[in-house]
Amino acid sequence: MSVNKYSKMGFPKEYGLYDPNNEHENCGFGFLANINNEPKHEIVHQALEIVHNLDHRGAVGADPLAGDGAGILIQIPDEFFREEFINSEIQLPEIGSYGVGMVFLPSNVKRAYLGIKAIEKAIINEGQELIGWRDVPVDKKVLGNTVKDNAPLIKQFFVKIGKENLSESQFQRKLYVIRKQSLSILENINNNKVVDWDDFYIVSLSTRTIIFKGMVLAPNLSKFYIDFQKKNFKTAIALFHQRFSTNTFPSWRLAQPFRYLCHNGEINTVKGNTNWMNARRFSMSSEVLKDDLKKIWPIIEKSPSDSATFDNALELLVMGGYSLPEAMMLMIPEAWKNNLLMDPKRKSFYEYYSALMEPWDGPAAMAFTDGIQIAATLDRNGLRPARYVITDDDLVIMSSEVGVIHNIPEHKIVKKWRLQPGKMLLVDLNQKRIISDEELKNDIVNIHPYENWIKNSKVSLSAITYETNKVPPEDSLLLDLQQAFGYNKEDLKFFLEPMIIDGQDPIGSMGRDIPLAALSDKNRMLYDYFFQTFAQVTNPPIDPIREELVMSLMSFIGPRPNLLDPKSGGKQKLLEVSQPILSNNDIEKIKRIENHTSGALKAQTISICYDKKNNSKLKFDELLKTICTSIEDLITKKTCNIIILSDRDVNNEQIAIPALLATSAVHHHLIKKGLRTKVGLVVETGEARRVHDLCLLAGYGAEAINPYLAFYTLSKIIRELPEEISEEEAYDKYIKSVTKGMLKVMSKMGISTYQSYSGAQIFDAVGLSSKLVDKYFCGTSSKVEGIDLEEIQKETENRHELAFGNSPLLLNDLDVGGDLSFRIRGEEHVWNPETIGTLQHAVRSANYNTFKKYSKKINDHSIKLKNLRGLFDFSKKTKPINIEDVEPVSEIVKRFATGAMSLGSISTVAHTTLAIAMNRLGGRSNTGEGGEETSRFKPLPNGDSMNSRIKQVASGRFGVTTEYLSNATDIQIKMAQGAKPAGGGQLPGGKVNDFIAKIRHSTPGVGLISPPPHHDIYSIEDLAQLIHDLKNVNPKARVSVKLVSEIGVGTVAAGVSKAYADHVTISGNDGGTGASPITSLLNAGGPWETGLAETHQTLVMNGLRERIAVQVDGGLRTGRDVVIGAILGADEFGFATAALISEGCIMMRKCHLNTCPVGVATQDPELIKNFTGQPDHVVNFFVFIANEVREIMAGLGISKFNDLIGRRNLLDFGGAEQHWKAHGLNLNKLIVPLEKENNEEFFNSRNQDHGLEKALDNLLIKKCKQSILNKKKISFKSKIVNTNRTVGAMLSGVIAKKYGHNGLPKDTIKIDFEGSSGQSFGAWLAKGISFNLEGDANDYVGKGLSGGIISVFPHRKSKISPEDNIIAGNTLLYGAIAGECYLNGVVGERFAVRNSGATAVVEGCGDHGCEYMTGGVVVILGKTGRNFAAGMSGGIAYVLDEDNVFESHCNKSMVELEKLSDFKNSEKHTTKEIQTDLLDFDVSRLKLIINRHFKYTKSPKAKLIIDNWDKYLPLFLKITPYEFKRALNERKQRLLINKDLPIKIAGE
Amino acid sequence: MGKTTGFMELDRVERSYEPAEDRIKHFKEFLIPLDPKEVSKQGARCMDCGIPYCHQGCPVNNLIPDWNDMVYNNRWKEALDLLHSTNNFPEFTGRICPAPCEASCTLNITDNPVAIKTIECSVVDRGWEEGWIKPQISSKKSDKKVAVIGSGPSGLACAQQLARAGHSVVVFEKNERIGGLLRIGIPDFKMEKTLIDRRMSQMKLEGVEFRVNSHVGKNVSMEELNNEFQAIAFCGGSEHPRDLPVEGRELKGVYFAMEFLSQQNDRVSGKTINSEIEISAKGKNVLVIGGGDTGSDCVGTSNRQGAKSVTQLELLDQPPEKEDKALTWPNWPMKMRTSTSHQEGCERNWSVLTKSFEGKDGEVSKLNCVKVEWIKSDDGRMKMSEIKGSEFSFEADLVLLAMGFVHPIHEGLIKQLGVKLTSVGNLEANDTKYQTSVNKFFAAGDSRRGQSLVVWAIKEGRQCARSIDEFLIGKSDLPN
Repeated sequence: MSVNKYSKMGFPKEYGLYDPNNEHENCGFGFLANINNEPKHEIVHQALEIVHNLDHRGAVGADPLAGDGAGILIQIPDEFFREEFINSEIQLPEIGSYGVGMVFLPSNVKRAYLGIKAIEKAIINEGQELIGWRDVPVDKKVLGNTVKDNAPLIKQFFVKIGKENLSESQFQRKLYVIRKQSLSILENINNNKVVDWDDFYIVSLSTRTIIFKGMVLAPNLSKFYIDFQKKNFKTAIALFHQRFSTNTFPSWRLAQPFRYLCHNGEINTVKGNTNWMNARRFSMSSEVLKDDLKKIWPIIEKSPSDSATFDNALELLVMGGYSLPEAMMLMIPEAWKNNLLMDPKRKSFYEYYSALMEPWDGPAAMAFTDGIQIAATLDRNGLRPARYVITDDDLVIMSSEVGVIHNIPEHKIVKKWRLQPGKMLLVDLNQKRIISDEELKNDIVNIHPYENWIKNSKVSLSAITYETNKVPPEDSLLLDLQQAFGYNKEDLKFFLEPMIIDGQDPIGSMGRDIPLAALSDKNRMLYDYFFQTFAQVTNPPIDPIREELVMSLMSFIGPRPNLLDPKSGGKQKLLEVSQPILSNNDIEKIKRIENHTSGALKAQTISICYDKKNNSKLKFDELLKTICTSIEDLITKKTCNIIILSDRDVNNEQIAIPALLATSAVHHHLIKKGLRTKVGLVVETGEARRVHDLCLLAGYGAEAINPYLAFYTLSKIIRELPEEISEEEAYDKYIKSVTKGMLKVMSKMGISTYQSYSGAQIFDAVGLSSKLVDKYFCGTSSKVEGIDLEEIQKETENRHELAFGNSPLLLNDLDVGGDLSFRIRGEEHVWNPETIGTLQHAVRSANYNTFKKYSKKINDHSIKLKNLRGLFDFSKKTKPINIEDVEPVSEIVKRFATGAMSLGSISTVAHTTLAIAMNRLGGRSNTGEGGEETSRFKPLPNGDSMNSRIKQVASGRFGVTTEYLSNATDIQIKMAQGAKPAGGGQLPGGKVNDFIAKIRHSTPGVGLISPPPHHDIYSIEDLAQLIHDLKNVNPKARVSVKLVSEIGVGTVAAGVSKAYADHVTISGNDGGTGASPITSLLNAGGPWETGLAETHQTLVMNGLRERIAVQVDGGLRTGRDVVIGAILGADEFGFATAALISEGCIMMRKCHLNTCPVGVATQDPELIKNFTGQPDHVVNFFVFIANEVREIMAGLGISKFNDLIGRRNLLDFGGAEQHWKAHGLNLNKLIVPLEKENNEEFFNSRNQDHGLEKALDNLLIKKCKQSILNKKKISFKSKIVNTNRTVGAMLSGVIAKKYGHNGLPKDTIKIDFEGSSGQSFGAWLAKGISFNLEGDANDYVGKGLSGGIISVFPHRKSKISPEDNIIAGNTLLYGAIAGECYLNGVVGERFAVRNSGATAVVEGCGDHGCEYMTGGVVVILGKTGRNFAAGMSGGIAYVLDEDNVFESHCNKSMVELEKLSDFKNSEKHTTKEIQTDLLDFDVSRLKLIINRHFKYTKSPKAKLIIDNWDKYLPLFLKITPYEFKRALNERKQRLLINKDLPIKIAGE
Repeated sequence: MGKTTGFMELDRVERSYEPAEDRIKHFKEFLIPLDPKEVSKQGARCMDCGIPYCHQGCPVNNLIPDWNDMVYNNRWKEALDLLHSTNNFPEFTGRICPAPCEASCTLNITDNPVAIKTIECSVVDRGWEEGWIKPQISSKKSDKKVAVIGSGPSGLACAQQLARAGHSVVVFEKNERIGGLLRIGIPDFKMEKTLIDRRMSQMKLEGVEFRVNSHVGKNVSMEELNNEFQAIAFCGGSEHPRDLPVEGRELKGVYFAMEFLSQQNDRVSGKTINSEIEISAKGKNVLVIGGGDTGSDCVGTSNRQGAKSVTQLELLDQPPEKEDKALTWPNWPMKMRTSTSHQEGCERNWSVLTKSFEGKDGEVSKLNCVKVEWIKSDDGRMKMSEIKGSEFSFEADLVLLAMGFVHPIHEGLIKQLGVKLTSVGNLEANDTKYQTSVNKFFAAGDSRRGQSLVVWAIKEGRQCARSIDEFLIGKSDLPN
């Protein structure tokens, strides 16, 4: 459809599954500032040049001229305006006394007129004076076709101070009100009749700044705004922004910068933050805004952009009296809670404000300005790149990349540095200087006595003395209560019991195959209707274990102080808990908190129970209404300031409203009434017990939760355990387990603090009616409708009746459950003895009739509903054709692939059986994460091949060598996995046998951690970069991105398509796993049906469909599944569990225990003997599926598979009228009609344009032709700039394809570069290639390094001292396998992350150095950031610790520190020994490496150290992981016994 | 789960038997129970499968992995409760069930299955020993009365469940003792009858009334029942035996297996058999026709009576010694099964069709047989044909026909009621409602299902009870 039909300003309205609220954006950004505040014309053009040179960080959609938006924010060009008005009547007062408004008006003249009038009215209303209007001259020729039609009319208006004598800041506040009021006036024109004013947008209105932005490609911005050409158009500063959005809809208002800032990143908690802002409506007052405060609602403007929302909130704080940097510190605080090194005053500042404002959490690099101060900051995680240089003529250039202005001479640069996590860089134009983070924050934190305030106001729950506990229930009552709250045996067996033994959220395996809650015949808990959402692509998940320092579970309970009145500080008592799970004693303390706070805090318990006898009369909605209004009453009467919602009263007569429903209802009611921050909300419930339950209560507003029944249950469990555990210990372990689990769930979305998680609603509802959701879970997405309040009440009352009734089965025992393992009376499972047995018999006997029996059973939804697709029927309106006319089986099977299963998770024979089968069919098998033996790349003598055509690249990058990549047909970037999206993983040391270690390039016996995020993908433009990297290594391979279904996945997929992925996989949450927290396995992600349909719809609406292949997987089992998948929009299909079952898997769900009895998912040689699968079995399965597909196609009258894809009219939604719960479901949104955009096909019909021809490597390959062919040595020079990305990868790919991992002889190819390299310099550089770069480098140097040598050193003309300046960016040597890297300077965060075997030297590094490293040797000749060696399981590092501070920067949970002087400095050993025995020869090794560093870089520091060896040696520390040391020692012992055993260490 | 790696470390150990030469000297049970410690260890072999195939393989869906774990952790009492939650009479099935659960056990794919039956039996035997098994007297009483016709395993299970749901239940048994085939058909050496008595006392205390010698349709009229009871469950079994209508069938010495077996059970119970009707294998060449469990019971009984020789004939081909598990598991496989009775001495012949009996003085002396072969026909079914020239004969003094049962006896009640029958002559009712074409008349067990296992009878009895409960009250708390 044409987007114009849907919106005036670009975004379509919600349609089908598409929802504009799911759009994301990331980008290149930064600022320029002349420190001396000298306005210059060239700054405008320099800013534009940077935007242009960050082009690769933006994106182009279907329309090549329509970018995603670019813009600059500058100082008001006062001189320019004055000269513009010289011949007019307009007279400008002096700068600071007038404001300029930049406005996008509707293109419709009448509407534009109304807009102008509204502004003018607002100016008069606020007592100010309009000076005049100016048409902004633009050149529309540079606009793309899709943008032209809805380009706004752009005007400027000028306002001056009215009669009152206002200061500049007072005037600015008036301008703020004018801007806000203009829209209100417009919206009220037709007597409140809702008219959408999307196309009216005041871009900026300020006395100091003005914004020029638009839907144009960066280079065209200066052509579009003709003013830019005028020489008198000057500014001393500029914020600039290049946007990469996940859509192609031209949305002018969403181009950045916004009024105060531009942002690279994503605010994950924006839903919660918005709610909390609204919640403050009536608890805020401001001395400076006074009554104007009422005129600015809604504070948060309607916008799908998190950055715009953030800007709105920031603006309020600034208007409310905070300074800009102070406001930024409130909204994006540093990680203060666990930081022992932070100044106590600063800590107090953060602690104080944490009660006033929950962090706006998520990756954020922000540049911001008010025209006088210009600054940039990074959030606590520091996940976005931000580099800056300062020149000798006082220009500061801060940007996502270095080298963005190509003609700045090196000798003019006096400083090169980067923004560090949580730090701020600020240029003050009044003071004409840079104010350091330290000084700036020091000043701010000393404005008020925050330490005292906290001392006076903070009440710590743990400090309160013990209260009397309630008497625990007798066993029989306990059982009734458990049943009333829906406990079953699995709660005990799989959750509570393991938790108190292992102290962690329990692990399970294989996928979910039970029905969605709304399809189930059982009384499901309300929690089951919600699925956790998670970060994929547009923002990264966090590792809450290894990066614990940024995480915090601290919560405040109680009313919040007035956000806009910092002076009242310290008056409001604040109850603090270190984590939100309250013990049964804690809750008693809170109930009596009045006694401990002299009445300052007072709790009131509100029962959420109702009398059974009246239940025919009482409906949930009335009950909830009563609860909400009575609480509202309590608050307005100031009776209490902490509300405890409690279901303690449950008994035979009393039924509890589900705690989640009550919590969310109350939370939202109080938000709507603007009362939420006047009161604390605590939930005392018997219902919550699992991590998911607790997360939901938190996500919908609870500040703390007391799961009392879980504790009572634990007390009973410990009585029956064979091992002795005290009650106290059991409770502690339980709290530890669930809070760890909660951190994991939070971090899946990239959220670090409980305070921002609370109320953030990071869930999708599946199977709840929108009526219900809109009323009680407002803001949550629910796309397929479903049950209503009545059904929830029915389920609740059924449970209660069973609990207190006479069912003999429940008299003495809990219900069996059966979600996790099949039980006849339990939940329905698609995989059961019958279906598995029949399928295996069918494929083993090659009997299609038996297969049909299997598929009939799977597809049968007449008795039990199993999944959403079961509710669809094939259309009967089409005319069948002969089956002979349908595309043959041999063609259809090419669309099939087996799922990603790693060699660690399944046995080699199970893995190769799948590969052989898929290769025989012409389908594809998938390596899974963790590499593949190189021997498999060659065909077998009998013509079979064990080479998996899909090579997966996961976050661990294990075994991802250049050779591996160059042997792929498809390269799949695993962003997420159905069973554990955003989860990361861990392969324990016990499972890393010699074989696994070999293919993963690690050390046997040493555990391997896969981080939750790809450390080179924190945003969509990063993904584009990785796609580009991989495409360079192997231009022939399709690059695929694997996503998991959740609401909004379609917009992510659109972004992925724009990032030039050739292929995208949408996985359902039913997908399997070898090991995953059960919380994730059951409760994260959504069904593939909705994810796939949304993806297809969004791609089609964006005109991006035909350039990408869409694959679906996650629980596909029959031909019917395939056809429905195709109709919903899939080109290709992945099968994992069904394929495994075909080769013998029987769904033991024991993969994580290594005890698979049929030899499929085990590494135990004895058990592997039991494997009986044959490639033929798998071949049979796929042929049967294809047969069935053909039968259905014939029935539908479709001969070509492509004609099936996206043909929504072939499906009817039948509904489930008969089912007591499912009757409310509606899947029609999945099959809404779509119009083809520009006649694009509904299926993958063309290739992406990767622009590889622009790669510098083409030239390099040409020059190195002889070297590649004949191994002839060559060396030459080359210039390089930041737009030369991924240099070396294509060259390396060519070499690896020809020579494998061994590459070329050392130094065959030597290239000397000069300049600033683009990202991924030397990525996957193959053995035999040396890159020397004179200048500096951006992020990802040496990513996947596969044997090459890289050195980077400052330009010979540079005057900076290398060890004090930055030489290369973040995430260097990520997943490096082998090779060397010498960096003459300091580098950014995550240096050598997941290094497997490279040797590297650097002269200082940022936070998280050597994170997840498994091998190799790293030398740091300078300071490190915090959290060094987190998750480091292998390899060693040497750190020069001159200031004796390293220990406090090191994460010592996995490593030990030793002084080098303890080692003997024997010189009598060979280089080979030095290189291979990492337990010894340290001194020689270190010296050898530093010498090489000097050889490559001429580092002055290296020279100093070598020249003063005896002085420096004692200052070195050796960092060795414990596990690594143990494994190497064991290996040594084995070697002594068995001389033939090779010493095998990482990287060799 | 018992022990993660238990199945890799421990071998299957089962109950052992008294040596054949000793046990054939008496009619008592000869199973030697396993030491409880060993039973516990056997529990550790269970893998607690994600899909416990045993649990579906078991007709009553015993929660096998769960009680295996409990037994391993010495939580016997809980194991017992759990066992009883799906099975009213585990001591019966623990002895005489062919254990389809063990065939479905995951360990049966490559190894020996978990000794499920042994564990089950140990749990319930221990329960009786410890006095844990007590009457479960319903706390609420309904005003409904239900009649259960027949006191075999399905009738008993049905009656017990209904009584526990609070209904007044009367069991009508045409014989003078309660138990149906359990009592009269199954030899004591497989299951001693005191086990039934023990359950009866439990049931009596739970409120079940037993009326023996009450043959509904004969000495008790259906009208009486209709007046007195709000629902009637027919659990009369499938008693009509399959006959062999060939020449010489009328000869003396040719009997139905059940005539022979019930007489022996009577004898064991202390009843004196009238010599005129007495059937004895002592000193005789016994020929058992039919290769199933009943045939096997005839073999064991004949040996105990002192037969001269025992020969068993089976019409079908000899099944393979080992099944092709790839194509059978987790289903019940066709394979060669050798029972304890077979081990006690017996010649087995397969693919044999009996053509005629010959006799002397009206007494059977010889069987004329022919070899047959089975060939798959075009429609996929196996078809039998006689092999020409393969005729041969057996000496025989006693011939026992154990060829199964075709349907319930139609004469009497069933005909009187005019209840709808299936094409093969069983009572028509589905396996969720168990309701026949006649109002408030339900059917369960072999009479509905056709001849089957005791464990199936229990399952049907339980489910039928639930359906009746629902019929009477409108809903039911009884498990399905």
